Amino acid sequence: MSAYRKPLFYLALLALALAAPYLAPAIRTQMSFLWVMIVFALTWDVLGGQMGYNSFGNVLFFGVGMYTCAMVQQHAGLGYYPGLFVGMAAGGAMSVGFAVALGWGILGLRGHYFAIGTLGLGIAAAEFAGGWDYIGAGSGLVTPLYPGVVGARETFFYYLCFAVAAATFLTLRWVYAGRFRLAINAIRDDEDKAEAMGLHTTLYKTVAWSIAALFLGLIGPVAGNLIGFIDPRDVAFASSSYGVWMLLMAILGGKGTLWGPVVGAAVFHITQELFWTYLLGWQRVALGLLIMLIVVFFPMGIMGWARERWPERFGQRVDEGAK
Amino acid sequence: MTAILEVEHLHKAFGGVVANQDVSLQVPEGKVIGLIGPNGSGKTTLFNSIVGQHPIDSGAVRFRGREISRLRVPAIARLGLLRTFQQTRIYGGMSCMQNMEISPPHGSPTPRSLFGHIPAEVSAKAEELLQFVGLYAKRHLLAGDLSFGQQKLLEFAMALMNEPTLLLLDEPTAGINPTLINGLIDRLRRANEEMGVSLLIIEHNMSVIMNLAEYLYCLAHGELLAEGEPEAIRSDQRVIDAYLGGH
Repeated sequence: MSAYRKPLFYLALLALALAAPYLAPAIRTQMSFLWVMIVFALTWDVLGGQMGYNSFGNVLFFGVGMYTCAMVQQHAGLGYYPGLFVGMAAGGAMSVGFAVALGWGILGLRGHYFAIGTLGLGIAAAEFAGGWDYIGAGSGLVTPLYPGVVGARETFFYYLCFAVAAATFLTLRWVYAGRFRLAINAIRDDEDKAEAMGLHTTLYKTVAWSIAALFLGLIGPVAGNLIGFIDPRDVAFASSSYGVWMLLMAILGGKGTLWGPVVGAAVFHITQELFWTYLLGWQRVALGLLIMLIVVFFPMGIMGWARERWPERFGQRVDEGAK
Repeated sequence: MTAILEVEHLHKAFGGVVANQDVSLQVPEGKVIGLIGPNGSGKTTLFNSIVGQHPIDSGAVRFRGREISRLRVPAIARLGLLRTFQQTRIYGGMSCMQNMEISPPHGSPTPRSLFGHIPAEVSAKAEELLQFVGLYAKRHLLAGDLSFGQQKLLEFAMALMNEPTLLLLDEPTAGINPTLINGLIDRLRRANEEMGVSLLIIEHNMSVIMNLAEYLYCLAHGELLAEGEPEAIRSDQRVIDAYLGGH
């Protein structure tokens, strides 16, 4: 993309995202969830794609953020909006705290062991939350009623979801432009070598996981309030849906690229909604078939396939550009 | 001449298999020292013990006078004691330049060193060192697409990027064609003389190691069999019997 087309592309995308609730008011909630999905895929890819650590437990941070915010909203006695925003901040902070604390132990595991270790996180958290009366236990929590007029709620949450997704994207874009990306890519390619070169691997791994946790901890509260009801197993710590979709979307779009997770989340969410509308009863079968087709024909994901086809566009060179 | 690395009575066993027994060696500052011995004689295990890959059973490893046998791998590397691997290890999914740019010495982490951009002088130095090993023309290629010999050169350049005081090289010429070997010997010598990097080299190619090293240690069955100047080692009957063979 040439120098002036890139900002134009971003501006067009921004305009479309801002206008969307007025262009298609009937599907504001579905579009809000598109941004939630994009945050899922982007944050999963920090570890899974860029660092080579396949996490099945990232949904933990989503749920921790959601519950933390709900507690602030219920008990802090602030108004609706201050309660929500303070709750989001608390949710993000709590999730980062969890990432740092858990990271010391779990990030020492490598490869399959890390994947299996994290698999337990979401499930254990769901069981724990389901048994803790203070946070509603198995019967869940109802989030506070939105104070605005009828119809304003969907628009408000649409923009809030978009804001978190945009913040996630821009933060990762900035982080990936510097040394941090090289460091976590080095860990992905050969962690023993990175250690032998003196890289602070534990620090980088913990920071990477904390970045993912931060944005999941921010989007969790928004999603919880958007849904309006927090169930420990089906909403907050939904390992078998959100937890799996996270990595599915990132792999679908092409892991290890900035845009891959965004594209993957969009394709996944839109086809899922379409299948749900037009193939009711068979929607999961159709989705499964789609995933199989993509894995067979685009094993590197959509952006991964594009990168192999047009490597120059991704800043890679295949010929020896001797100068 | 002060010894920059001192290994004293190092002992390392894996269960019943004794890999290193009572091994002592010294690397004086600024020197090139060779480590030879038959396959399975414990050379790479000794390297692993020195750089903290695994705990040692007993003995001492001192680097610039400091006991390092209890430190972990990255901490030892940050002191300036670096190793390369027998099975070449580079970051295959990254370009040669990126491999180099992530390899400068890692001091104490700061927000800037974590999230900052690659400073221009680091990129300049990376290009200079790639030029030094003859990979400049390939600097934008993925490191994983290079040939094995080129990957060895890249690994060597990455090590130099880290500005080590002492570099442990595990078979630097294995799998490299004869033309490239001559170039590599020349570069190893220049790294030693011009950049002041002390070298401890494991090598099976006798003409290379006899040529490069000023002093040799020979291991056999995990024990130090002989040590001395290359000429003395070449004519040492024990070394001939255990390793070199009669010819």
